[in-house]
Amino acid sequence: MSEIHVETRSGAYRDSVSLLEVSRAVAQTPGVQDAIVAMGTPLNLDLMRELGFVIDAPSANDLIIAIRAINKSQIEAALAAMANEFDAIDRRARASSGGGEIASARSVGRAHDANLALISVPGSGAFAEAVDALESGQSVMLFSDNVPVWQEILLKDLASSLDLLVMGPDCGTAVINGVGLGFANVVTPGPIGIVAASGTGAQHVMCLLDQAGVGVTNCVGVGGRDLSSSVQGRSTISALNALSEDRRTKAIVLVSKPPAPEVAQMIRKHASTLTKPVIFALLGQGLPDLTSATEDILNTIGTPVPKWKSWGHAPLKKHPGFLRGLYSGGTVCDEAMVIASRELGPIYSNIPLNPSWHHDPFSSSRENTFIDFGDDAMTVGRAHPMIDPTLRIERLRKESVDPECGVIIMDVVLGHGADPNPAASLAPAIKETISAHGIPVVIALIGATGDPQGLERQADLLSEAGAYVTVSNAAAIRKAISLIELSEAS
Amino acid sequence: MTKFQGLLEMEDIKVATAGVPLLADALSDQLVALTRVDWRPAVPGSQAALDRVMADVRRTSANSLALTRMLATGAQLVDVRQASEALNLETRTFLHAGPPLTWENASGPMRGALIGGVIFEGYADNPEAAEKLLASGGIKWEPCHHRNAVGPMAGVVTPSMWMFELLDPSTGNHSWCSLNEGLGKVLRYGAYSDDVIVRLQWMTEVLGPLLKTAVKRRNASAAGPVDVKAILSQMIQMGDEGHNRNRAGTLMLIRDLLPDMIESGASTTDLATATRFIGGNDHFFLNLAMPACKLQTMAARDIPGSSVVTVMARNGTDFGIQVSGTGDKWFTAPADTPVGLFLGSYTEADANPDIGDSAIAETAGIGGFSMAAAPAIVRFVGGSVPDALAATRRMYEITVGENQSFGIPVLEFRGAPTGIDVTRVIRTGILPQINTGMAGRLAGIGQVGAGLVNPPMACFEGAITGLAEASPQVG
Repeated sequence: MSEIHVETRSGAYRDSVSLLEVSRAVAQTPGVQDAIVAMGTPLNLDLMRELGFVIDAPSANDLIIAIRAINKSQIEAALAAMANEFDAIDRRARASSGGGEIASARSVGRAHDANLALISVPGSGAFAEAVDALESGQSVMLFSDNVPVWQEILLKDLASSLDLLVMGPDCGTAVINGVGLGFANVVTPGPIGIVAASGTGAQHVMCLLDQAGVGVTNCVGVGGRDLSSSVQGRSTISALNALSEDRRTKAIVLVSKPPAPEVAQMIRKHASTLTKPVIFALLGQGLPDLTSATEDILNTIGTPVPKWKSWGHAPLKKHPGFLRGLYSGGTVCDEAMVIASRELGPIYSNIPLNPSWHHDPFSSSRENTFIDFGDDAMTVGRAHPMIDPTLRIERLRKESVDPECGVIIMDVVLGHGADPNPAASLAPAIKETISAHGIPVVIALIGATGDPQGLERQADLLSEAGAYVTVSNAAAIRKAISLIELSEAS
Repeated sequence: MTKFQGLLEMEDIKVATAGVPLLADALSDQLVALTRVDWRPAVPGSQAALDRVMADVRRTSANSLALTRMLATGAQLVDVRQASEALNLETRTFLHAGPPLTWENASGPMRGALIGGVIFEGYADNPEAAEKLLASGGIKWEPCHHRNAVGPMAGVVTPSMWMFELLDPSTGNHSWCSLNEGLGKVLRYGAYSDDVIVRLQWMTEVLGPLLKTAVKRRNASAAGPVDVKAILSQMIQMGDEGHNRNRAGTLMLIRDLLPDMIESGASTTDLATATRFIGGNDHFFLNLAMPACKLQTMAARDIPGSSVVTVMARNGTDFGIQVSGTGDKWFTAPADTPVGLFLGSYTEADANPDIGDSAIAETAGIGGFSMAAAPAIVRFVGGSVPDALAATRRMYEITVGENQSFGIPVLEFRGAPTGIDVTRVIRTGILPQINTGMAGRLAGIGQVGAGLVNPPMACFEGAITGLAEASPQVG
């Protein structure tokens, strides 16, 4: 016996030459005995009837698919071959310029081959572009910020209905199948899957894991607002599910600022249903820092915790005054402030731990002050500080002549998307701060061994300038605090 | 396994980037397959409305339904009848091209055509009297589109004029268009001199009845009605684009109708005059291409949530569009003047703003949208062959799909870009490309040239606002 498949697609016109090509591809599928893919013209219908196919009430505008094969799976294979052939014809046509130049696509939806869209247009235009990407079958990394929360929710629901994912908005970092998107470090493949509501937080964890010789399968960003009570972890849940199904991922780490309590509870409950361990690296007051969280991960997977690397050519002398933090990464800035406020009390900042500690980042520092130069308000009309160091270097010079400035801590973030040689522009200003003004500088160097800037080379340049450099932000802030010389006045 | 999960472990990552070039550079550095999108901000002032329409959950399925319906339409020539009968066009009622207009704001060629219509119908016997009648409300008029008809240039249809009647078997819809008068001094370009009126009278007395008999004979024959869509499909492969070049289409129409014309019983003199008239006018088929396009776009009408354009039409003063999701609401703005080449010693100063329902061709994906198929027309409208290729390729950016029935040979038979999406026009700032004839600015002059024109962006700004108002509230 044999299986017969007859299908009529109305209004699906194809020209006869294309259809001959398609019919040939179908007929060549193993097990196929007869195959005709043709428009329902009288001539074609006669051919089909001669081959014993029964066609109901066709019109000449109907595309008719008639296949006879030995069994059902061969029919399915033949239909797949047909779809492939139609697809190949369409691709050829789309790629044809007719001899002229092909202009660039004007929207992500017209990048026909893409399966992922990286959107970094101004926030007001981001929604339309992201909808287009999703409707075209592309998952989205939405680097853009200033996207309203209703649009974020809508995008994430649309993605979920289409089996896709939206990373963002305001998602700075992702690593998908070895491809670094946005600010991403070059880490080796390995057993850890990361879900990150915090870009620099994820980068820091990835880089510390890299130092311990542990690689990463994927780092899926979800955007800083995903775990808020309005967004309800929509992308986090999808990302956890995807990593849980991912064959190469052995353990999952969720890096985030503390979620809304009911969302945290929901996520923990969901995580407990997954087949893989989910380790929470949550930042905030009273919670372990990212370095300890990474050590927990290493303990969970049974990998020894290494001694976190540091570089320091000359021992730094203690110096009296206040602590000043000049950060490019919001999460690591936050982490440093949490640790410092335990020892030093109020930390004034443009991203304060406590609303009453708010401080205008463009005015002179007040006592212990930390500035996040990557904050939205500071990047309006200029590139992110990981790309453009100008604003931070200016501030470093300003701090170095402030008589109240005791110690300076900074982060330097390496990886794709970041300044190709950040140490080169920072080193002269650091050297002057230390040698001319006696103010110690501590650097948290967030980078992986494979990063294009070269981790060792950057560390050497910075430490040769006199800075104390460490790969752990927590270690860096503790070192910075220890360098403050306590005078009677304070 | 979800599509996203597939991305995590199996597929090659292929990225489309829009925005900061540095982020795309970082991907090139990693040797990732990359498409850099030439993104630009949306048309100023339209972002909020655009976002509401993009957020309308009905839009995607509504647009794909609009496309499916457009692709499924056919177009058969089923009858040739007088407008009074076919369209129930009452005495002293005229139709005209484009969105509604008044005598006061009617342009020169539109006034000329209306004057000619009055004289042709015998409502007045001289232009001055005709003008007085028109200005005093003695004649009523409304857009052709309001009766599912289309008219090239001024598009004036009067009750005695003979109309092609087309049928779409997929919906049962009918559409109509007058018979083409030829080039030069003709009513549709606003000319109303005696020779124009005499020609119209011959068309009414001889050509119309002859064609009707032939069409009826053809319908009753084994071959069945003339398949206008099939002719369109073929002519696109023969160097016509169906708007400014209809040469192959006209020849194929003669091929299909001639035997039945010969057997119609008409005198050999009438037959010879009629075939000479049709064969001597390369645009004769335009008046069949247009109603075929109208049938196609009509099929996409009135789908809630759809942002697909169903009408683009000009009355010589205003450009108007209609959109599926907003029904028969017109979004109008002052029409631009085409840019192109001029006949004889006419110049830009002689040209009237854009006029005619013939932009229904572009609304359906042919004409300027399929200009790549008609290299022979490109120079006539003032462009080069690479311009034509680029114009057609650009139209894929603003359309929802491709019509395989209209395969463009030079683009590997890629289907014509079909279904203008208002959201894509607003997002990209790319305006539909229209090929068009140019009418003289003054009544009575006729055609002065041909060229390229775009609709005003304001029509699409109006449409996106209209769609936003018709969309469910979110956010």
